[in-house]
Amino acid sequence: MSQHFPAFIIVIPLIAAFFIFTAGWLKRTYCFYIAAVALAISLFSSFGLLLQVLQNKVVVYHFGGWSPPWGIAYRVDYLNGIVLVVSAAIAFLNLIATKKSVEKEFIERVGPFYALYVLFVTGTMGIVVTGDAFNLYVLLEIASLTGYALIGMGTEHAALASLNYVFMGTIGASFYLLGIGYLYIATGSLNMFDIASILPNIFQSNVVLFAFVICLTGLFIKMALFPMHTWLPNAYTYSPSPAISLIAPLTTKVMVYVMIRILLSVFTPSFSFKSMAVNTSFVWLAVIAIVVGSILALSQQSLKRMLSYVMIAEIGYMVGGFWLANRAGITGAILHIINDAAMTLCVFLVAGNILYRVPGDSFDNLKGLFRKMPFSMGAFVVGALSIIGVPPTCGFFSKWYLITGGIAAGHYGFVAALLFSSLVNVVLFFRIFEIGYFEPFGDLHISGSMDEEEKTFDDAPLGMLVPLMIVAAGLIVLGIYTDTLVTKVIQFAIPGGIS
Amino acid sequence: MVDLLTIIISKYNYWGYIVLMMIGLYAMIVKKNLVKKIIGMSIFQTAIIFFYVSIGMKKNATIPIISHGHDGGEHAVHAVDFINPLPHVLMLTAIVVSVATLGVALALAIKIYQQYNSLEEDEIDSQIKVK
Amino acid sequence: METIVSIRPFLAVLVSILAVPLIVSTRRTNFREGWTFFAAFAKFSIIASMTPVILDGVEIEYTIAQVLPSVAIKLKVDAFGMLFALVSSFLWIVTSAYSIGYMRRLKEHSQTRYFCYFALSLSATIGVAFSANLLTLYLFYEMLSFATYPLVTHHQDMEGRSSGRKYLLFIVGSSIGLVLPAMLFIYHMTGTLEFAQQGFIAGIVPPKLIWILVLLFVFGFAKAAVMPFHSWLPAAMVAPTPVSALLHAVAVVKVGVFCILRVLTGVFGTQLLFSSQMDTVVLYLASFTIIAASLVALSQDSLKSRLAYSTIGQLSYIILSAALLSPKGMIGGMMHIAMHAFGKITLFFCAGAIFVATGTKNISQMVGIGKRMPVTLSCFFIGSLSVIGIPPGGGFISKWYLILGTLEADQRFMLFILLSSSLLNAAYFLPIIYKAFFCTPEESLFENKIDEAPPWCLVPLTITAICSIFLFFYPEPFFSLAKIVSVGIFSGQ
Repeated sequence: MSQHFPAFIIVIPLIAAFFIFTAGWLKRTYCFYIAAVALAISLFSSFGLLLQVLQNKVVVYHFGGWSPPWGIAYRVDYLNGIVLVVSAAIAFLNLIATKKSVEKEFIERVGPFYALYVLFVTGTMGIVVTGDAFNLYVLLEIASLTGYALIGMGTEHAALASLNYVFMGTIGASFYLLGIGYLYIATGSLNMFDIASILPNIFQSNVVLFAFVICLTGLFIKMALFPMHTWLPNAYTYSPSPAISLIAPLTTKVMVYVMIRILLSVFTPSFSFKSMAVNTSFVWLAVIAIVVGSILALSQQSLKRMLSYVMIAEIGYMVGGFWLANRAGITGAILHIINDAAMTLCVFLVAGNILYRVPGDSFDNLKGLFRKMPFSMGAFVVGALSIIGVPPTCGFFSKWYLITGGIAAGHYGFVAALLFSSLVNVVLFFRIFEIGYFEPFGDLHISGSMDEEEKTFDDAPLGMLVPLMIVAAGLIVLGIYTDTLVTKVIQFAIPGGIS
Repeated sequence: MVDLLTIIISKYNYWGYIVLMMIGLYAMIVKKNLVKKIIGMSIFQTAIIFFYVSIGMKKNATIPIISHGHDGGEHAVHAVDFINPLPHVLMLTAIVVSVATLGVALALAIKIYQQYNSLEEDEIDSQIKVK
Repeated sequence: METIVSIRPFLAVLVSILAVPLIVSTRRTNFREGWTFFAAFAKFSIIASMTPVILDGVEIEYTIAQVLPSVAIKLKVDAFGMLFALVSSFLWIVTSAYSIGYMRRLKEHSQTRYFCYFALSLSATIGVAFSANLLTLYLFYEMLSFATYPLVTHHQDMEGRSSGRKYLLFIVGSSIGLVLPAMLFIYHMTGTLEFAQQGFIAGIVPPKLIWILVLLFVFGFAKAAVMPFHSWLPAAMVAPTPVSALLHAVAVVKVGVFCILRVLTGVFGTQLLFSSQMDTVVLYLASFTIIAASLVALSQDSLKSRLAYSTIGQLSYIILSAALLSPKGMIGGMMHIAMHAFGKITLFFCAGAIFVATGTKNISQMVGIGKRMPVTLSCFFIGSLSVIGIPPGGGFISKWYLILGTLEADQRFMLFILLSSSLLNAAYFLPIIYKAFFCTPEESLFENKIDEAPPWCLVPLTITAICSIFLFFYPEPFFSLAKIVSVGIFSGQ
């Protein structure tokens, strides 16, 4: 049974999607439970896989028994083992947390919504677990299409935002496909590790160079790296809250994972990093992404829009950290994939809780929230401290590695951008704290008893609060266990030649 | 000069897909009508499908379908005689993806039309700015 | 230096964090205050129980969590940390009592939140005192910044909001923008962050960078209010007075000074400071702050503002003592941490008592108040004696050693600075008392009957005033602890 874990991870949700869709017609209440069971099995399988990887270093699974390069092989090593667990956990926790929210917003369309949700998870987990380049494209498109549909279910300008996302996302995925095509021409194989063994002989070829460039461009578009980030703010702002707290933590981080996988495992560091000019330029691009994302976030007037610009800056952290091309920087990038996914989930869940009780998320609607929703705002404070980078939350430790990587590479512009972004985040989040804490202004001396304070208490229901608290606590736990993560998992994910 | 022409003509499939891709990109970026953009996107994806299929081509080779003769298909297959089937197979998948993308995009376009009563980007933008 | 492992430092930090759920969950206000007292007493007893061990010359350490390869969140109790922890935890007990009187008389809102964040702030303070390495120090320093923000902005009005912004800008901005890169740079160059007796970066970091790092740390720990990063402190006076008293006279500001001293001695080391001549730079920065703050204090009419600027000046005394690089000066500085704490907290308690009883905040409106509140003003007098450095105020001992230190280090100019600032201290304190007691009945703004502050306020301030005098005659255990610190730092030379 346990040798089929790689298959379970994507096949179970895939089949479940069909059951959910039919249940949507027959008996709506079953939809949630089918989805929950499917995602729980996925989560369990990913844990099992990670444990297997910790023992055996690599787990290879041949679909249908066909061995590569003719068959599709799924390959789990340290890098994707941990990303799998994180993705599965986020998808599962988010499903539980947003149950009430989905029932409120989509009551007749619960079936399609959960079917799309589960298909999105299939696609995303598949991207992480696969070892075949073309299979990655297919799963990438599964994840993207379901993402487009989920976002399009939102309010206001959701359809238009989603259509723009469709255009840009399709260009990105198509560029990736094109790159894989060129690699196929050059090597005759589609299996990532097979390609990696053939490529060193032909590193000088222009075909390989073009494949490298076009693949990267496609990935940069999909991960919203500046200047290809314009689709993200609109798409994230107008999307329905249960969908965005799934999409935001996963999409861009998984794309960063794909970039790392392609550059470290397929093209190998000797090709990817040999040109210093490319490394430094990409770090500078990341610096611009961080600075622009942070500055644009300052001018936003609504919570979700501000958070989406913060996400754009976070992408800059990961891309810049990776292209520093030293051990500390790449460790920071991988660690930040994990940490940023958790932090993003935390803050977007809070946004969802707020929208459950309050009509809108523009800053005017956030007045007095600390009094009204103390638990949600408490979790928001933890998430904000993590994004700012305050120990012992996890965000501090990924910044630690990123900054030490920047110092080691002598790239002080990157270090300055990281510090600048932390300071801007302090301003961004304390602005919200101020609105929630101070306003509306009034004479507070009249009451001194606790009853007054209870009358305004109106936090989200328990079913939404408990997963949120788990995620917030997880941010601190992840921080404290950074050493375990790095020494037991991440350091083996980085090839030995990098110092 | 002759060499350059030779290079261009011999690699006509590459030029073909690049031209198609550029047309698609042009439509997606420059055109204001949403349906035209969607058409552009479709052309763009088709260009890439065209590229893949074209690279499987071989001289003096035929379509990769084994016909089962009277002997029940026992004779050996000479791979040399058939063009590479793998890109075709991959592109079946890619075509399905392309169709699905088209479907999603058109569904969104319908929703946009219901919301804004127009499919022209500038008209929609002016409606959004007014709100 | 022998070291033993014990969980007691961690318990000392933890006990007030654990009290927070208890404080929040009780319905009855008396029980809530009871939990605060319980936590304060427990904290003080745990810390006091470790004192004999430290006085014997042994150090206690405890690793909480290994969070990074080669750096852990780790606690280590040595004489310096013990001195600071004793002062803070003892004064928390007194302040809790004072808070009860103050908050209840003024019918303040959100008292539960107030007591919770107070408990968290003290946890962070003790955490800083017992930090074994720069990462742990940074962690608890940041925790303190964020735990004190709701206390500073307690009144939730416009003034509170703008003061809160200033607070954040100076304290969090400097710690993230200055301390964090300095810390990471040191980690990158040396691979460790553990404090060592003679510092650990000598020889590894090039000399040119030493002065940048020193400046980054001195200004980065903005809680020490070295000018020009001092403006947050007068702004923070919008907080309720118990907050100003304990946090901004004792805990928060001393944390800043403690961090600077800890870094200067434990990371850089006295030899390195001397050879790179950074000691002179720090001396001049500190002396500028001392004089400028004392001069500004003269012009302040609001009593709490005057006390705030006085604090800014007194903090730089301690920084100056470290930069003197002399054993006697170090003893003076350590003692001043304790003496100034007791003296200043008395002064702040009096300011709060005056506000609670009469509603006045400004000195110009306190003419003749001695007739109405004799006990309070007498304690104010004692507190100011201690801060100025006149016997029998305890501050005399610390200033005496500071003066000896300047002579020992052959820094005549610093001696001049110390003496002139003491004169300035007298100039801004004594007139208050004179006007309060010795004025004609026509000038007096108060009636001639005694109407003191509530007893919950009055008793704590008399206790701290008596302590200030008591410490003059018997400065233990602070003096022994200070000697151990001084010997430890200078024994290598």
